[in-house]
Amino acid sequence: MSVMSKPITNSVLEGNRLALARLLTQVENHSPEGRAALAELFPHTGKAHLIGVTGAPGTGKSSLVNQLALHYRKTENKKVAIIAVDPSSPFTGGAVLGDRVRMRDLSGDDGVFIRSMASRGSVGGIAQTTAAFAQIFDAAGYEIVIIETVGAGQSEVDIARLAHTTIVVEAPGLGDDIQAIKAGILEIADVLVINKADRPGVEHTERALCSTLALAHPIPRVYRHHGQTMTVMVPAGAKNLPALEPDSSATRSDMVIWIPPINKTVATEGKGIADVAESIAKHAEHLHVTGDWASRDRARLRSELEAALEAALMSRFFANIQNEKYNDVVEQVVGRTLSPHEAVRKLLNGSSKQENV
Amino acid sequence: MSEHKIRVLVAKPGLDGHDRGAKVVARALRDAGMEVIYTGLRQTPEMIAEAALQEDVDVVGLSILSGAHMALAPRIVELLKANGQDKVKVFIGGIVPDEDMPRLKEMGITGIYGPGASTEDIVKDILEAMK
Repeated sequence: MSVMSKPITNSVLEGNRLALARLLTQVENHSPEGRAALAELFPHTGKAHLIGVTGAPGTGKSSLVNQLALHYRKTENKKVAIIAVDPSSPFTGGAVLGDRVRMRDLSGDDGVFIRSMASRGSVGGIAQTTAAFAQIFDAAGYEIVIIETVGAGQSEVDIARLAHTTIVVEAPGLGDDIQAIKAGILEIADVLVINKADRPGVEHTERALCSTLALAHPIPRVYRHHGQTMTVMVPAGAKNLPALEPDSSATRSDMVIWIPPINKTVATEGKGIADVAESIAKHAEHLHVTGDWASRDRARLRSELEAALEAALMSRFFANIQNEKYNDVVEQVVGRTLSPHEAVRKLLNGSSKQENV
Repeated sequence: MSEHKIRVLVAKPGLDGHDRGAKVVARALRDAGMEVIYTGLRQTPEMIAEAALQEDVDVVGLSILSGAHMALAPRIVELLKANGQDKVKVFIGGIVPDEDMPRLKEMGITGIYGPGASTEDIVKDILEAMK
């Protein structure tokens, strides 16, 4: 592509949608122009609220994203970008990206930009360049960037590293109580949403999630039991926090630790969406008050730096090593005369196996 | 390092509600390694052009069974051009009478496929048009 990076970044900053769309493609394809433009846009980033939406396939993530975006447009007049990730075929590399089907309410609005992305071999629930997409939208002035992951099962948790606020969407009738105490996706939730809350079994899902939260966040609580006041103390080793009275005006967001609120929605009908938006706003406030916003930002940029460093070191290493030497070491590993760890030492030091043992 | 995937928008403009054909084609293009963005039913030309822009697609595939192709297709081609996407190739699948085909081609439609068309041909023609 002959487009110079200078004009394209200018156009993106001025709000040109075609330039924005083309830049996203260049970055997704790892073109040098895309990389140069990303570097130029970087000083303009750091303003947007990145909201991740994840959950099992069919829980209604796209419908919820559609409604949340509508909410931000109508009640807060904020510009909203949506990055919707769907899986690539592991065999052909092709993909069918169908999240737009649920987002037709958003078309015709210049304050919304929806971009579908194929995961292109990444297994963490988002694509390799999803973070870069979020940066571009941030620089282009989108105040809210919603990132919808692929239908995530249990361990696709990369979104938590990228987003400021992670929403985990559940629906009634998926799995039993034991699913709720496993490690993984529930642990990354800042806000829990039980969608399809008009379906039977919603109480059961809510109870399972509540008890999971109680296990994860042991705080002393005061209960009224048969007319008596009982204080349930924190298990040994947990942080010492003031007890939360059932009738006290202290809300969960007043506390130092964040306990994910559980919101019930019927996304296709727009029910409960304002509550979710309120939970998101409270979480953002909590992040600012506690300084977690800055530390999440720092952790994310640091891991981005490290990933870039790793890639650069790898390509430098391969530029400086002769093919025969490398293949020779691979053969030794395949022949079981050298372990992979010994091979690394040999390649990096240029010294022989005997010297290192 | 740089790798370009062919991105295709598969869209159903107009009011007919039959999208089996569109889904079969979407699946075939996926199996050919393309990234297919599917928009769903009952899209206006404006919605389709907007999605094509946001998704920066190389190809727009329209599924039209209602007979409204002479109204819908030129409008979509026009909107794509107005948005600066004049390099995007437009294909039509559905029910198109033979006598309409030359005029559609004149308007800038790259390929037209009726009942019985093979998905292999569609894939081949898209790859050819992308060269």
